[in-house]
Amino acid sequence: MRQPDGSSSLLTTRVDAMLRWVRKNSLWPLPFGTACCAIEFMSVVSAHYDLARFGAEVVRFSPRQSDLMIVAGTITDKMAPVVKRIYDQMAEPKYVISMGACACTGGFYRAYHVVQGVDEFIPVDVYVPGCPPTPEALMHGVLKLQEMIQNGETQHDRFNHRELDTTA
Amino acid sequence: MTASITESSTRRPDPAKLLPDGAVTSSERGADGHSVLTVDRSRLLEVLRALKERPELDCDLLLDICGVDYPRRDPRFEVVYHIASLAHDHRFRVKVPVAEDDATMPSAYSIWKAADWFEREAYDMFGITFEGHPNLRRILTHEAFHGHALRKDYDPGQRWLLTEDKSMVPAWATEDPADEDHLESQVLNLGPSHPATHGTLRIVVRLQGETITKAECEIGYLHRCFEKMSETHGWQQVIPYTDRLNYCSSMINGVGYALAVEKMLGIEAPPRAQAVRVILSELSRIMDHAVCLGANLVDLGALTNFWYFFQPREEIYGLLESCAGGRLTVSYARIGGLVHDVPSDFEAQVRYLLDYIPKFVNDVEKLITTNKVFRDRSEGIGVVSAADAVAWGWTGPCLRASGVPYDVRKAHPYMGYDQYEFDVPVASTGDTYARYLVRMEEMRQSLRIIQQAIDALPGGPVVTDNHHVALPPKEKVYTEMESLIWHFKLIYEGIQVPAGDAYSFTEGANGELGYYIVSDGTGHPYRIKVRPPCFAIFQAYPHILEGHMVPDAIAILGSLNIIAGELDR
Repeated sequence: MRQPDGSSSLLTTRVDAMLRWVRKNSLWPLPFGTACCAIEFMSVVSAHYDLARFGAEVVRFSPRQSDLMIVAGTITDKMAPVVKRIYDQMAEPKYVISMGACACTGGFYRAYHVVQGVDEFIPVDVYVPGCPPTPEALMHGVLKLQEMIQNGETQHDRFNHRELDTTA
Repeated sequence: MTASITESSTRRPDPAKLLPDGAVTSSERGADGHSVLTVDRSRLLEVLRALKERPELDCDLLLDICGVDYPRRDPRFEVVYHIASLAHDHRFRVKVPVAEDDATMPSAYSIWKAADWFEREAYDMFGITFEGHPNLRRILTHEAFHGHALRKDYDPGQRWLLTEDKSMVPAWATEDPADEDHLESQVLNLGPSHPATHGTLRIVVRLQGETITKAECEIGYLHRCFEKMSETHGWQQVIPYTDRLNYCSSMINGVGYALAVEKMLGIEAPPRAQAVRVILSELSRIMDHAVCLGANLVDLGALTNFWYFFQPREEIYGLLESCAGGRLTVSYARIGGLVHDVPSDFEAQVRYLLDYIPKFVNDVEKLITTNKVFRDRSEGIGVVSAADAVAWGWTGPCLRASGVPYDVRKAHPYMGYDQYEFDVPVASTGDTYARYLVRMEEMRQSLRIIQQAIDALPGGPVVTDNHHVALPPKEKVYTEMESLIWHFKLIYEGIQVPAGDAYSFTEGANGELGYYIVSDGTGHPYRIKVRPPCFAIFQAYPHILEGHMVPDAIAILGSLNIIAGELDR
């Protein structure tokens, strides 16, 4: 790379490390918000907490334009096929944060119409506990996911490791 | 207070004399002030019609219809109607026994349109069919669900999986329209995952060109079984569940529930607890209106206001967190008072908020109230007449925007609301703009109430000293035998609420939030039916939509403030 003063410098890296670095710093979340957690998610993206500081403020409601699904709120059996379909519509690589006790385990709704954890039907990378989690907790979850992306530890990497080896 | 109740009860007409002869099998005065009528199924419509049409009774507002299951009784089910009169100060509870093998009822839809979704819910939860109902199908549970979840013999954990998306498609949506312009006609699906539906609502509309000609709503995508869960928990343990009904103003729900149980126990929270409840409830109301207006304005393209409204919300959250430990779902109210006293800087924090909030309300007011774009998109959009609003069972800001000055805080004061001076804002046009104006003004009125409450904040305990209800102080438990026994009994057995039923209602952020509670005298609620204000409001939505365009549909939806947690429970 040529610098403005005429000198040159070089940065060597592996392609997949480079890709991971890019991916982790430009997460576009799709908030699948259904309940109380969605209200806290709104707090996280608004001015006071400002998720933009971590490069994840471009909230998109279209699965085609996003790579991070944040399941915020209780998922019921009636809603489950919708979540699954929207997850399927997202392009690879894609990540999932399960926000709150309900999305993680069904929470205190051990009941006839509530999915007991969204990982019953989609792979989850980060579980954020809390009912609802504080904004700090969700931001911690996003940072954790960034770390996992950088280290190649996400569900996406687990299922697609061979592809990454060839690009290295 | 007691004097005024007896005074009004002497003026109250004796319903048994005004209703058709022999139709009412028993008539009594409930402990909650309702006239309780037991009516035979065959004469039900006669009685309901008389309640609505006799000028002395004039019951124009059908609040709630619910079922109760008594497996050991014959007949097994009871369908309970809650009916109120806006003009007179009286309320009725009509009970109709229904047998299991012949669980059919006449539909009250022809008398009050509000019966629509409430009857569907009773059908879904208990399997009671309503003859003459226009669209009787499941409402909260999904298409692959078997059985009726609120029957006592239904296992709370029994799930039925909806494996593929067999989502509801109304019959009219698949038919080809017969008219000549059918090429212009199409069916459009909105939701359940759609940014403008704020959660989990689904609306199917038929468009003729760009105009909506028919619409139908599907709800239940957030049905998380509040009522069944409350039957499996102790009385005090229900409070965290109530927080998650209307999660934008969770304090109001918890207080409403605590008041309902206190009514059944015949106790009252100490004055300090009542004042703190009022302050935090009114702050919650401000937060709720701020979310509603902020989100409504975002949908209309005015994003700035969303940030303006979220800033004071964060400050209110700070106060709630310092009181209760939770930001959004506070679980701060308890039966008999509050969980613990407010922090020492409570008064200073509230006064800070009283200074801080008006600035943001004024900013939005300046940006929006005379804004031409907003007014063009909201004036004359989604007009609901006062008569229609009452017929649909509307309450709260939406009803007041249509010109009916009904506010539970004024009409049936509770928690000392009669000591505070405040106005009930009313608009007359009943459109989206009117609903915006009413909510803006209500935020200012709430601030007035908070100002008076904090100026006169009494001292003293925040929880009742009745040891059948509240735990004795910890230092006494360690030093006194009797307190230790009370502590043990209360932890071991829970609160014992005397057998009976009561309907208690408060002014939630969206309207009348009612709890109909049945107790069988044990440590668990036998049945809790929530009367969610959104439920009645949202059932009118498809009817309002006809003749509007899709962007108008979004504007109207935002102005109704439908909170899925409360709608689907």
